[in-house]
Amino acid sequence: MTISRREYDFQAARLRLEAKPKSAGEKLTTLDEAVARVKDGDSLAFGGCLFSRTPLALIRALLRRRPTGLTISRNLMCYEGEWCIVAGAVDKVVTSWMGIGLPWGLSKIVREYVESGRVPMEEWSHLALGLRFRAAAMGVPFLPSLTMLGSGLVDVGGSKTIDCPYTGQKLLAVPALFPDVAMLHVHRADRFGNCQIDGYPHMDADIAKAAATVLVTAEEIVPEEEIRLHPDRTVIPGFIVDALVHVPYGSYPHECYGLYDAEPEHFSVYVDGINQRGAAGVQDYLERYVYRPRTHADYLALFAEAALADASRRGRELVT
Amino acid sequence: MGARELKDNTTVFAGVGAPMMASGLAQRMHAPGLTMVIEGGIVGPKWKPGSLPISTNEMRAAYRAQMLPGITDAFLLAQRGFLDVGFIGGAQIDRYGNLNTSAIGGSYDRPKVRLPGTGGANDIISLCRAVIILTVHEKRRFSETVDFITSPGWLTGGDSRRASGLLFGGVSRVVTTLGLFGFEPESRRMRLEALHPGVSVDDVKAATGFEVLVADQLTTTKPPSDEEFGILRMLDPARQFL
Repeated sequence: MTISRREYDFQAARLRLEAKPKSAGEKLTTLDEAVARVKDGDSLAFGGCLFSRTPLALIRALLRRRPTGLTISRNLMCYEGEWCIVAGAVDKVVTSWMGIGLPWGLSKIVREYVESGRVPMEEWSHLALGLRFRAAAMGVPFLPSLTMLGSGLVDVGGSKTIDCPYTGQKLLAVPALFPDVAMLHVHRADRFGNCQIDGYPHMDADIAKAAATVLVTAEEIVPEEEIRLHPDRTVIPGFIVDALVHVPYGSYPHECYGLYDAEPEHFSVYVDGINQRGAAGVQDYLERYVYRPRTHADYLALFAEAALADASRRGRELVT
Repeated sequence: MGARELKDNTTVFAGVGAPMMASGLAQRMHAPGLTMVIEGGIVGPKWKPGSLPISTNEMRAAYRAQMLPGITDAFLLAQRGFLDVGFIGGAQIDRYGNLNTSAIGGSYDRPKVRLPGTGGANDIISLCRAVIILTVHEKRRFSETVDFITSPGWLTGGDSRRASGLLFGGVSRVVTTLGLFGFEPESRRMRLEALHPGVSVDDVKAATGFEVLVADQLTTTKPPSDEEFGILRMLDPARQFL
């Protein structure tokens, strides 16, 4: 049993929201100012999925502050989870699957840290983790579901079953997960934080509503009128967003639907480093790509302009 | 082999690799009315031959899709009962089709080998109407017991699956590199129903860690035709998944 009352305490989560200003005002700020809102020991939920629309610029800015004691959650955790683990930032990982993808094999970092018991990995099915965020987004302590029953996953997470009050059937009571902070990367927002996403929605809108504090980076900051002309495209309203940063290529070298494709070669070089030097390979990577670049522009300068242009070309090709 | 199990005018929950290839093949052979739902939150993609996705969540997996409902809502389609067939695999499988993709050896918290985890496999086996397991047939995989039940097959047989609260679906087929298995209707134990050409029952027994039951009417599977091979090569010319 690893879930704590804090994760599903809907009354406490509601009181936090009631005490918080729901501003319709300007949200634009810097990466450093945005991540300064994360405290040691916080529970974070990352948006996107695997190597799609990961809020990498926010995560890099966060790791530069050397946080500790965090819980991180995401249904498909990619190498950002490995960075957080090796950086010593994480006490618990909540996920359904962790790795990069089939071609890169098992995560050696997960093996090293989880097998030795240094970092617990709490496992939920995709639907169960999705329902944890959705329950929180709905403001309720749990949602009934037919998934995960009969499996070992019920016991290791500590979730409970209920008898349906109407039919008497046994159902899984999937506990809500109210994170302290949501970190998301979106396609466009106006300066008030009204966010629109193209392509995969992933779990971002539920995560935004579930969290107490919402930090967003956007590829593009558009005029208010553009949002107001297409309000049906808005998936996160500005009044729930606390900080917004304009960060083009904010999830690169992960993909951003329709704008740029992922860089599998970059993942291979990263994994080669781990194959040769284990966790020290991740430390080398963090030094080069996370700690040393002071700004997002410094970070992008580590990649050839031609590579960025090619990623954009490949990304657009798939939607035209 | 997986492709032939897919009927026309049905829906399939497919992952990357073999399930994706099987679904693509079925659509081009006998099942033009087959709709794929992909666990990245995708309905009805039309993948570009030669440009197959390596993950269910990257843009390629959504190429020319009909809808992108998102991950949670794609699985809720399965919970509602819209998904006829699901495909999954696993690192360990027992005689009841229970699968482990979480942890091998030691304890769950301190395992000998920590695997990536369930992903959507547990949801697929819990919620689809029928499930086909695709796997390499090796003794270390086909195990007397699994170290952890990530994805529940028929649990301990009989009506134990239903008693656990899983009211619908179940594993119908296991397609391996040696042959094709079904499950006995009452005991729910895995039973060899067909062998691939050139494979003997003894070969299967030697590669299986539990007692191999054999159907009375043991048949031989039909190898892929030239046409089927042609389609698979067209879908995957670089042989990433073939």
